[in-house]
Amino acid sequence: MSGFRLNLREGLGRAVDHDSKINFTFDGKNYSGRVGDTLASALMANGVSIVARSFKYHRPRGIFSAGSEEPNALVTVHSGARTEPNIRATELELYEGLEAKSQNRWPSVNFDVMAVNQLPGKAFSAGFYYKTFMGPSRPGHKATQFWWFCEQLIRRAAGLGKGASQADPDKYGRMNAFCDVLVVGAGAAGISAAERAASAGAKVILCDESAVAGGALLSSSELLDGALAHDWVADRLAELAENENVTVLTRTTVQSMFDDNTYLAIERLADHVKTPGKHQVRQRAWNIRCKSAVIATGAIERPIVFAGNDRPGVMLADSARRYVVEYGVSPGRAVCVFTNNDTGWLAARDMAKYGVIVEAIVDVRKDVPDAIRAAGEESRAEIFLGAAITATSGLQTLSGAQISEFSETTGEVGRKLKKIGCDCIAVSGGWSPAFHLTSQQGEKPVWDAELQAFLPGEATSSWHVAGAMAGKFGLRHAFRSGEEAAVKALAEAGLGEGESDVPRIEGDEIDYAPAPVFEINTGGKAFVDLQHDVTAEDVRLAHREGLVSVEHLKRYTTLGMATDQGKTSNMSGLAIMAEARGKPIPDVGTTRFRPPYTPTALGAIAGDAYGHLASERLTPMHDWHVAEGANMYANGPWLRPESYNRSGESVEQAYIREAATVRKGVGLVDVSTLGKIDVQGPDAAEFLNRIYSNGFAKLPVGKARYGLMLREDGMLFDDGTTWRLDENRYLMTTTTAGAGQVMEHLEYHRDVVWPDLKVALASVSDEWAGVAVAGPKSRNVLKACVNDCDVSNEGLPFMGVRQATIAGIPVWIARLSFSGEMAYEVYCGAGWGQALWDALMKAGKRFQIVPYGLEALSTLRIEKGHVAGPELNGRTTPLDLGLGGMVSSKKNFVGATLLKRDAFHEESRLQLVAIKSIDGQRIRGGSHLVKGNKDQPGQTEGNTTSTCFSPELNCYISLALLEGGNARHGEKMFATNPVRNMHVAVEVVSPHMVDPDGGRMHG
Amino acid sequence: MKRVAAPHLGTIKMRLTCPFCGERDHQEFTYRGDASATRPPMDNGSIEDHNTYVFDRTNPDGEHRELWNHTSGCRMHMVVTRNTTTHKISNCEPVGPWTKALGGKS
Ligand SMILES: [Zn+2]
Repeated sequence: MSGFRLNLREGLGRAVDHDSKINFTFDGKNYSGRVGDTLASALMANGVSIVARSFKYHRPRGIFSAGSEEPNALVTVHSGARTEPNIRATELELYEGLEAKSQNRWPSVNFDVMAVNQLPGKAFSAGFYYKTFMGPSRPGHKATQFWWFCEQLIRRAAGLGKGASQADPDKYGRMNAFCDVLVVGAGAAGISAAERAASAGAKVILCDESAVAGGALLSSSELLDGALAHDWVADRLAELAENENVTVLTRTTVQSMFDDNTYLAIERLADHVKTPGKHQVRQRAWNIRCKSAVIATGAIERPIVFAGNDRPGVMLADSARRYVVEYGVSPGRAVCVFTNNDTGWLAARDMAKYGVIVEAIVDVRKDVPDAIRAAGEESRAEIFLGAAITATSGLQTLSGAQISEFSETTGEVGRKLKKIGCDCIAVSGGWSPAFHLTSQQGEKPVWDAELQAFLPGEATSSWHVAGAMAGKFGLRHAFRSGEEAAVKALAEAGLGEGESDVPRIEGDEIDYAPAPVFEINTGGKAFVDLQHDVTAEDVRLAHREGLVSVEHLKRYTTLGMATDQGKTSNMSGLAIMAEARGKPIPDVGTTRFRPPYTPTALGAIAGDAYGHLASERLTPMHDWHVAEGANMYANGPWLRPESYNRSGESVEQAYIREAATVRKGVGLVDVSTLGKIDVQGPDAAEFLNRIYSNGFAKLPVGKARYGLMLREDGMLFDDGTTWRLDENRYLMTTTTAGAGQVMEHLEYHRDVVWPDLKVALASVSDEWAGVAVAGPKSRNVLKACVNDCDVSNEGLPFMGVRQATIAGIPVWIARLSFSGEMAYEVYCGAGWGQALWDALMKAGKRFQIVPYGLEALSTLRIEKGHVAGPELNGRTTPLDLGLGGMVSSKKNFVGATLLKRDAFHEESRLQLVAIKSIDGQRIRGGSHLVKGNKDQPGQTEGNTTSTCFSPELNCYISLALLEGGNARHGEKMFATNPVRNMHVAVEVVSPHMVDPDGGRMHG
Repeated sequence: MKRVAAPHLGTIKMRLTCPFCGERDHQEFTYRGDASATRPPMDNGSIEDHNTYVFDRTNPDGEHRELWNHTSGCRMHMVVTRNTTTHKISNCEPVGPWTKALGGKS
């Protein structure tokens, strides 16, 4: 193909600004185009024929279509963090400074070393991956040795472009919209539907994927109300846009249809400029909820499959016509049209009208209507009826076509008629309605034998189809079906019928039904799926190998599984399969299209919910932590201090210092993030007694108790302390990460399981700030600042809860210990949090109090063998973690019964132990406990859960889950971590490594 | 790792009518399972009965009564009657200590 720009004049090049100039580069070379061009039309105008290499064989490929169905012309645009691969050049609007690169080629699109893939012939045929890599395996691996050798090569050779590895610098927005009638597609049918709906006063959203709405009207040769269709549609759209009830969204692709009339559309606001403006959103995701919808997404022209049909220069006939009419670009110097329906003839006529040389029209049909024959004469092309293109020639690009006799009834190829020199074959195999959206909702399409196409199945919710996508081809049918669909939609929206202003149409009335010919089978390499390099022979091979289901065919050959979801290839693939099976096409069936309709940027899906805009919860003392140099660390939704590093200190040095200070002196830690639930009511005690595995019925007022919550299946769910503040009032604390789930768990049991219990629940996590003061000197600190409450061992015994005042702030003090030291948790209203923290710091000054972070908090509890998140992993029971004593046998509770199952009581279960590093090496989380040395580690017998350096024991330690661990204290093993190349000699010990009898916290 | 709610590209998107708040996107709700599963009473310690309550589900093709919680709204529970084939929702009724007061079944 050697395209070129025609002499632009009135009516030719309707989409482009005739006097403009835009500079862009393709593969580093400078070109120019015009305002209104797509990258594809501009490349064609510059005579660029090869725009890509194919996925598997790396064969040269040219522009195939003029829309979002494009299988070949995928490019990578931008560079650096904005790099975006797989952009369809046929949709990409040209802008000044556009940089585009071709894909799947190395070193260049014109010379590609990987093209040798096609030389071994059958090497990459269908099922290649399956067959080649099924075989003798390496021990422990399923794939063959050969796979390991080939993988790197294939990974590099395959793949469609490369994305950026940096963070996306652009902004994305989200919109929630509601309307009466959503209209998808602003062609003749869509505009007709939108106008009708608007006339009845409906709130209408009209979406179109193109920059300029109008669909087929934009290149139509018909006159509407005496005006060029292109001009008529511009006037009507301007009118619609002025209506305050109508929102017209161009560059907006409705990607997904969901239940209950919900749709997702992606609006591209800044993909037609080099970079989005400051604060400009690049794309916006619209969640549209409508009362009813009209789907008018048109139809996609499909090719006829023939040998050599992937040479650059072979393209869809109506697309070729559109390049001429809309962009004023001729797709070639000599065009040959190959068709099985009237579309090709009109394309020939319209192209010839604007000066394109059409050498031949080849139609598989023996006879055509007179009007069509007249159109052929207008094109001055040589006419071949009952004929087909049976081969193409050319080195890199197309240079000629072999025309032979062909019987549309038997499919047999006869004698050769003529070889014609041409650099473009415009092919039309009929039209396939674009029912992708409705197919997403599970509607089975219905075969229309007349149109040789699948039509959308019946609607099960409030949507109505119109125009070509409903099989209503031609402008007259499109306008009428648009109106009819709108009337139905209006009824569903509870509105009146409205009225229409249908234009007078002058022009062709053609028959869109094609001859039932999908392939010219001559044995040559004929491509069905251009993007995934699936040939007609691959489809037949799949059949020979016994794959009859269309779903299996798809997976075996990867037909229709590329980024275009086979928009131009599925129908031919089905037809070839049907022929091979000797069955009618509808008996072979179709596969379902999946959302999104076209590839969608991940950024548009994330919207604005990322980075600093993602919800992030800060404690009342957050600013103090930051000012004190703490590393803030995400823990659930919260940010918490990891450690307070002094100058020159590493995180490890800091937490070791902090933890050691707590053991010998005193420290304080922000525990405001713990989940807190206020439980009140006359049945609160009974409720808690049913929720927790240990007894809560007899907990006295002024006391706290550590409780375990199980799931109903017997697994540990969450833990925490619950304080009885009053006869009918409790404050429950949960883990930081589990707060939300625990609240849902309680509400479920309160509402659904025991609605007879009188209990009220309120989440108060944000209402309370909490500070834990821990260490042998913690009581001294409290004594120094609390004066209305006796905090002595007698006045505030272990697990006691008291109300008090600190620096004028009303507080609750509970004597609890997570660290194993004497410790207190002090809670106050969140607004007082910082003041309380300051008061405690001030009171602790003469005891050298230090703040400590999550790492030290964790170190202290690991030394003590207290479990937390890594041990409560959803697969452990209380028995596994040595908490069997907290499982009451005197009462029923959530999880009690299923915990009794035998398997939970087997001695071989993973049980909580601790391990100490013997050789001084650090133990990593996620290491496996094995008996063997590094070369022969043997089977895993457990894994590490929480690890740290213990200042108390002066070695690296870890909690671990070990098979039959209770009976294995003293055993020597290895903690192996092949990923980090670590193999540490360890000793299994009791998890209670520090102060096992608890004397320190009770003192 | 932060968890963010994002519009779904390919998953189900339904509208549920909360008896307390009205019609809302299903993303505001949490699915809580088969509404026909009833916990054995407190005096029942049969492993078999609890096993049925926790694990045995029928996976019907058609109408299904299921429990949803309006977690990002009023936090009330409701029984939703949904057709598993078409996702059509035919009924939403409240569940909880207050249902009698609202005229529903307890
Ligand atoms: Zn609600």
